[in-house]
Amino acid sequence: MNAVGAEDTVPRLAMRGIRKRFGATVALEGVDFAVASGEVHALVGENGAGKSTLVKVLSGAILPDAGRMLIDGAAFAPRRPLEARRAGVAMIYQELSLAPHLTVEENITLGMEPSRWGLVQRGEVRRRALDALRQLEHPEIPLDLPVRRLSVGLQQLVEIARALAVGCRILVLDEPTSSLSRQDIERLFAVIARLKSQGHAIVYISHFIEEVKRISDRYTVLRDGRCVATGATAEAGVSDIVGHMIGRRVEQLYPRSERKAGEVVLEIRELAGTARPQCASLSLRRGEVLGIAGLVGAGRTELLRAVFGLDPVRRGSVRVKAITGVASPTRRWDQGVGMLSEDRKAEGLALGLSLADNATLSRLPLLVLPSRQYHNTQRWIERLGIRCAGPSQRVRDLSGGNQQKIALARLLHHGADVLLLDEPTRGIDVASKALIYQLIDDLAAGRLGDRPCAVLIVSSYLPELLGVSDRIAVMARGRLGEAKPVSDWDEHSLMLAATGGQAA
Amino acid sequence: MSGGAPASELLRWLNRLAPLLGLLLVYAIFAFVVPESFLSLRNVETILRQSAIVGTAALGMTLVIIAGGIDLSAGSMIALSTVVIAAMLERGAGPLTAAAAGVTAGALCGLFNGALITGLRVVPFIVTLGTLLIVRGAAKGLGREQKIDVPPESLAWLDDLLASLGGGQRWMLVPSGVWLMLALALLVAGLLRYTRLGRHVFAVGSNEQTARLCGVPVPRVKITVYVASGLFAGIAGLLQFSRLTVGDPTVAQGLELPVIAAVVIGGGSLAGGEGSILGTLVGALIMEVIRSGCSQSGVPNWVQEIITGAIIVLAGALDRLRHRRAAE
Repeated sequence: MNAVGAEDTVPRLAMRGIRKRFGATVALEGVDFAVASGEVHALVGENGAGKSTLVKVLSGAILPDAGRMLIDGAAFAPRRPLEARRAGVAMIYQELSLAPHLTVEENITLGMEPSRWGLVQRGEVRRRALDALRQLEHPEIPLDLPVRRLSVGLQQLVEIARALAVGCRILVLDEPTSSLSRQDIERLFAVIARLKSQGHAIVYISHFIEEVKRISDRYTVLRDGRCVATGATAEAGVSDIVGHMIGRRVEQLYPRSERKAGEVVLEIRELAGTARPQCASLSLRRGEVLGIAGLVGAGRTELLRAVFGLDPVRRGSVRVKAITGVASPTRRWDQGVGMLSEDRKAEGLALGLSLADNATLSRLPLLVLPSRQYHNTQRWIERLGIRCAGPSQRVRDLSGGNQQKIALARLLHHGADVLLLDEPTRGIDVASKALIYQLIDDLAAGRLGDRPCAVLIVSSYLPELLGVSDRIAVMARGRLGEAKPVSDWDEHSLMLAATGGQAA
Repeated sequence: MSGGAPASELLRWLNRLAPLLGLLLVYAIFAFVVPESFLSLRNVETILRQSAIVGTAALGMTLVIIAGGIDLSAGSMIALSTVVIAAMLERGAGPLTAAAAGVTAGALCGLFNGALITGLRVVPFIVTLGTLLIVRGAAKGLGREQKIDVPPESLAWLDDLLASLGGGQRWMLVPSGVWLMLALALLVAGLLRYTRLGRHVFAVGSNEQTARLCGVPVPRVKITVYVASGLFAGIAGLLQFSRLTVGDPTVAQGLELPVIAAVVIGGGSLAGGEGSILGTLVGALIMEVIRSGCSQSGVPNWVQEIITGAIIVLAGALDRLRHRRAAE
């Protein structure tokens, strides 16, 4: 493989006029897409815009109806994923595909173990694995450790190393940062920069426009199966790209109307859980949005869980409205507290059940009339613009954004007026995010329901936290700092406070 | 991508009716092979009668499986129930008291299962594998390792629950035991669909974490389904007793397997969150139709076992296929 500059005339990968229909649905309508070697090309678009279909065409998982592909000028028409892999297309998906019990070196060489007379040559395995890790400049990853003992971020590097060991020419990263911590993201970005300088062509798919701005050289926006914009990333603003994605101008991503702080509805005093949080105090007023910032692992989720009665409380007290006492989720719902879980798939939703069952689960009457349940759910489907076949559809079939809206619909249907929201916009499309921000504002201002609600929101995404909150408190190493008005904070000071705890 | 609403609605109905169509198909095949018996009403009655024990026990098992559990002790609870009924009759109790005692014994075993599963947080497979032996042992101990015979005069109505109908009772169409099973099935189906408890059973089986987050009393729901499983096994024991008219601690050995198979053939998922009472009954009937059809058409026993086994695998495969399609 020879490293060539991005200005080379023959692109590493060229996709021309790719077209694909599924029945009546047009997934791709003549998409052109090209990546040069030594280039990071971001592919962005809302869920359902056609990103994953395009990538599946590239990886040989789907045959296009029309269009052609060239790799280094040579025709490329994979009929199976294996053919694409042999041609040098490597995919790194959000869900990693490693064998957890095998070691790092075994995983890197999986499926192409060097062998002689059926015996694996361990020395050769080790050499190849180390070579690949050196290319990433991460030779410190222990070769003989079972992969499941590595952090998610390191597992992802192992998977990239495997792609390099196979000799990939085009690396596709599909939402690679959605389950990574901040340090892992930084490390990944460094690896991407290195691969780029080695002349690899990289396709980077992400929802996070800030990331795209930072890491990519060029971008392409897909909407409704068409390519609606492409260009140099440096020349495009975040709002331009978002505008292309949702097809209209974004006036204000974070609406903020007049809010009036009322009485204290949630008072936490020196709360401590089993390991996290260690000490947390705050008071939340009606009509107020209080944000909690902090690093992953600082104990923010654990704080919400302890307040909601999902995790045991070791010390301290929680008062909801007039009631102080030991909590269980059942009691909290009765007191008008609702919680949105950070893990939509494992905890937030029962994916196998219908939208109606999920939306009404916390507030079912003794005798359930399905027609009534459907009617109630239909109201929220319309109010939140949930794209679905109807209230009886399974939640599993919905996109991430629509799933999240159903999880929120549960809190709204319940009529909760104290809302604990844990990473409410993680991994969802921009339009759904905008709707959720609008919803939070509506709730705090009292436009939804009969009185203003109180919202406690945990988020790792600082622009969002600064955008929606009235006050922000930072959690570091299990301790919650004092909540200060949002005007006293900026991204820099929030990061400083979040990491400052570690220095102390 | 989701299709139009009417198309998916049609698909849903087809999915729901798939086991029923399977039953009709299997019946039609045998009606073709042995028309003389399979086209008679008498044969329908026999099949219903023969499947009543498994069918009744499977009602409780459906609840357990929807809630994401399993109950391997069903066969043992059936045996215990027959022994308790016989022992009560032997001690001079009336038939109703004896029947109630047998059913209660089953329910108590279920309570024991549920308490162990929620209290010790051990997986249901292991707990009920243990109680399979414990309950079987208790039944043998109670019967002093042998059958308990009951004097015929103290049986009263207890031996006609599953008896073939005599001339004067043709208006009943099927014996009272079958009616009992059908009435209970209707009750449980209604419970699953129209009550909070029923929806909670589905929620716990589909995703226990979500159920907890939403304030569902998860341990209480779990205990309830195991009590129900014990209760229905107890009633199945009453039907078993009615057929044998002795308390037999060795009866229904391994019967939990056809009971579980009925639920699975009927669309229940061992991963929880899915299953239906109609499906379960159909599953029990399919197995009985195959059994009776094979023996009437002279197919040897071993072939019949292979066919039943293949149908279980097929039901599982169909279920996966349905899910894969739904996921796309």
